[in-house]
Amino acid sequence: MESKQAILRAVRQALPPETEHPALDDGHWIRYEDRVSQFAEVLGAVGGKCAVVTGMDELNEQLGRLSAFSEAKKVCSCIPGAGSSHVNLDDIEDPHVLEDVDFAILPGEFGVAENGAVWLTDAPLKHRVICFIPQHLAIVIRASGDPADMIVDNMHQAYKRISFDGPGFGLFVSGPSKTADIEQSLVIGAHGPRSLTVFLLCE
Amino acid sequence: MSHTSRHPALAAEFVSNEDRTHWHDQALWFVRQKRDRMARALPEWETLREKASQIKHHTMSRLDHYLEQFESNATQRGAQVHWARDAQEHNKIVLDILRARGVTRIVKSKSMLTEECHLNPHLEQHGIEVVDTDLGERIVQLKENPPSHIVLPAIHLKKEEVGEIFHRHLGTEEGASDPNYLTEAARGHLREKFMGAQAGISGVNFAVAETGGVVVCTNEGNADLGTSLPPLHIACVGIEKLVPRWEDLGVFTRLLARSATGQPITGYTSHFHGPPPGGELHIVLVDNGRSEILADEQHRRSLHCIRCGACINTCPVYRRSGGYSYHATIPGPIGSALGPSRDAQQHYDLPYACSLCGSCTDVCPVKIDLHEQLLVWRHQIVARRLLPWRKRALMKLLSVTFRNTWMFVLAGKLARWTVPWMPRALIYNPLNDWGKEREIPQMPKHSFREMYKKRYGK
Repeated sequence: MESKQAILRAVRQALPPETEHPALDDGHWIRYEDRVSQFAEVLGAVGGKCAVVTGMDELNEQLGRLSAFSEAKKVCSCIPGAGSSHVNLDDIEDPHVLEDVDFAILPGEFGVAENGAVWLTDAPLKHRVICFIPQHLAIVIRASGDPADMIVDNMHQAYKRISFDGPGFGLFVSGPSKTADIEQSLVIGAHGPRSLTVFLLCE
Repeated sequence: MSHTSRHPALAAEFVSNEDRTHWHDQALWFVRQKRDRMARALPEWETLREKASQIKHHTMSRLDHYLEQFESNATQRGAQVHWARDAQEHNKIVLDILRARGVTRIVKSKSMLTEECHLNPHLEQHGIEVVDTDLGERIVQLKENPPSHIVLPAIHLKKEEVGEIFHRHLGTEEGASDPNYLTEAARGHLREKFMGAQAGISGVNFAVAETGGVVVCTNEGNADLGTSLPPLHIACVGIEKLVPRWEDLGVFTRLLARSATGQPITGYTSHFHGPPPGGELHIVLVDNGRSEILADEQHRRSLHCIRCGACINTCPVYRRSGGYSYHATIPGPIGSALGPSRDAQQHYDLPYACSLCGSCTDVCPVKIDLHEQLLVWRHQIVARRLLPWRKRALMKLLSVTFRNTWMFVLAGKLARWTVPWMPRALIYNPLNDWGKEREIPQMPKHSFREMYKKRYGK
């Protein structure tokens, strides 16, 4: 570990005078009166869709109305009762076989009103690539009561809410995969899902 | 390279196509405007910037501590942490990891650090296929060029040119230039590469000391696809990318995408803590000159950069001269501040590619005093005698003239008498850089001093 010591030595010799780490709780971070509609609006603006549904039946009914779902040949649902799954992640050893999944339904933990992002982790997903490889994606966030409980106002609240002792991988997804690398023209469906629907499921 | 300044020469090449220059300028200004709308939509924007700046100041003041903390926590989570003093060591570490596992095909997501270290050519020399998976990076990789912008790597290319590159390399229809069609073609092409890759290499936006995790932000999801199919992920990170605490991410993820492209957050903000079950995560911590910049009291703040590119999008010089005119891995104001730290002799011209308008400083999400850094660099470049003799001699002459009234008066008189009679070829001689794109103003009959004297006596 000669290099480690050399780098640390060089850094120690270069350190500026010590300054305080700022407190972050005193910021008057933005809050929204109606978090659900703010979340839905921003998600819409980044190319996604948000639907509040009551009960699994309504969720399935709305799923059925998505052409991406009804036309899908191979569906991977990681939510019991949502859609009918052709693939069980736990039975799969090599994640490459997920390449032809047309539609995946995954559990999300909560949404963020300020940017339309959803937090999900690979704790319940044996292969994390299922978040990125399907042609279309639906994320289901479940709550027992008010759908507003599933949405935080801002990223400060979001990071407070995440405990990361367990999962090795977690991500915020905001909308479908996209790029604007050719002449700044926005194209939806760069490498990952071409559409994202977020269901807020009240049970 | 000739001894005349390189930025002006390369910029002259770029601006020779007036339409393109205008288009490039507008494209970047559009991004800047999107950034403004996002910034204005948040009442706490300035507080966020201030907090970000304070976090960075604090991190740098205890960087040794946070690096060790990061290593210890990352290791605890099962990642393997490597330390590289310079680009060469970084490249060797990456190559050794790949070779030990017999890897010959890798996919890579955007990383300015690996650009800085010239990792791709190093791996290719050793028989490893490297595919850049960010669409913009793939475009310039196929063209065998470096990125011209740190966030929008192919911003200098028109869709027709992209169409031509894809026609040649991916077999798209000749003359096709619809971005939807081209992106779809790239999607198919890159899917194959993702499926065939044996390892994924990514950059890192933030490394969290408190948790030992690394955070990678993309819009396309390419870093995620590239690192979650193969069992091996190598994440390359500059030592300045550390943040102390988990909660600090709240500040930076709010600033990054809004500043970069005017989005509320990047499409994918991925947090890697340790390897996936059965896989490997290697994190390479790279110094490569950063500790030297940290030691430089005048320039250490340039290490606070989170690579959003906002200063580049707003810069009136960058917008009109293009990324390649900077002949450095990172162009624009931040590149001009960092370049001379790396090699002042090589990059002496970059701090002069600036009008000192200060727009970069105004938009920087971590409040780096960019234009002031560039001014300080100019002082240092003069002090180190790195300017070409012509510019040095001219500056000396002007300095003496401005300090001596009689010389100043005489110079004015001489100019007013002689210039109107001089043939054009003599005025616009090759030594007159100023006159290359400009007309000398009409010489007035009298100087201000003479008019003042006439009106008020004395």
